[in-house]
Amino acid sequence: MPQPAGPARPVLTVAITGLNAVDSPGPGVAVARALQESPDFEVRLIGLSYETLEPGIYLPGLFAHTYQLPYPSAGTAALLARLEEIHAREQLQVIIPNFDAELYNFIKVAPQLRARGIATVLPSLAQLEARDKLNLAAFGAQHGLQVPADCRVHHLGELPAASRELGWPLVLKGRFYDAVVAHTQPQAEQAFLQLSARWGVPVIAQQFVTGQEINVAGLGDGRGQALSVVPMRKLYITDKGKAWAGITIQDEALLALARRFVAATQWRGGFELEIMRTAAGELFIMEINPRFPAWIYLTAAAGQNQPAALLRLALGQSVEPMTEYAVGKMFIRYAWDLITDHTEFQQMAANGEL
Amino acid sequence: MKLKPTIAISAAGLLFNPATGDSFAANPVAIEILGLLKEEQTPAAAKAALLARYEVEAHQLDKDWDDLVAQMREHNLLD
Repeated sequence: MPQPAGPARPVLTVAITGLNAVDSPGPGVAVARALQESPDFEVRLIGLSYETLEPGIYLPGLFAHTYQLPYPSAGTAALLARLEEIHAREQLQVIIPNFDAELYNFIKVAPQLRARGIATVLPSLAQLEARDKLNLAAFGAQHGLQVPADCRVHHLGELPAASRELGWPLVLKGRFYDAVVAHTQPQAEQAFLQLSARWGVPVIAQQFVTGQEINVAGLGDGRGQALSVVPMRKLYITDKGKAWAGITIQDEALLALARRFVAATQWRGGFELEIMRTAAGELFIMEINPRFPAWIYLTAAAGQNQPAALLRLALGQSVEPMTEYAVGKMFIRYAWDLITDHTEFQQMAANGEL
Repeated sequence: MKLKPTIAISAAGLLFNPATGDSFAANPVAIEILGLLKEEQTPAAAKAALLARYEVEAHQLDKDWDDLVAQMREHNLLD
């Protein structure tokens, strides 16, 4: 990995989650790659994983050591206890969580981590919950942001009213993940049953909006200022809706929208806006992710290294807002078969660390 | 017909729209037309230059011109 030239940089030990660089990837490997190019710090990276087959664990040259964490469902006490064990061995200075599902616990334990000398840059619990997909319509109305109309569906009997209100086709979204576009009542019923069985209720019925899919990665300072905003248009989309290739674009309306989001919410930390630009040029916020996206390395490649800027924020150092970035910079994701030995896998599986 | 000022045209005949990330390949005549428009020539002046340079009937040039304009408008390349 390239290292910036110049005087020696202070060493910083940073722990990162989201090492599942799979077809629906977590952002951890991309965050790690961006941090390795920090102009301010020489980072010593510690991986934090949930599964033994998260590819980032076995990627050579990235993480000095990786530790398994308890699943978020184990609660904050288990998380804190495990982080204390890891901290005793690694002297962590910053932790960057990268999964939506773990953020609640990390936000809850952030004060205890701070007391132990571990910094985080996270949104508040209120911010986290306000942008949840269940609350997105209210969030949009509160802040004057255009979002698709939606309603919650708790049982099949509520579907006809939802389709009358939102029209066809209808998008049905799982409480935590998955989305299905239904064109007819039978399709909608089947989708509801599948989504509610997997993710519980309510299922979210959402107005169908079509157009260009654009994502914006950003970093808010917690006082209403966007320190970095980089828009990316998806060029190749997987069957899971993930960008497999994308390109940075120049659009003042997108930058203004992201800055308005940060100003309105006083967002602290990394975020991603998933946006649909309609043929008429309207910008709908389809989802707000409360963390860096998996394509975050593109921001570093385009000249705004958001994870590196987050480190400075975490340490209480000043960060000047970044305004310039390279337009037309592309990423093309690839699949690569890592080869490792069964002993490494066994060590991870048996001991919870590697 | 006015090309958006942000549209980049490479020497190899590739167009890039930075607002959408779209790239297009244009043939040599289309590149020549875009070059004339970049010089802010009016459509009438650009057409006159093309009629003088190529063996083409005016009605055929008008038809091809309209096709090009329609494609460029569809791809959001015109102001």
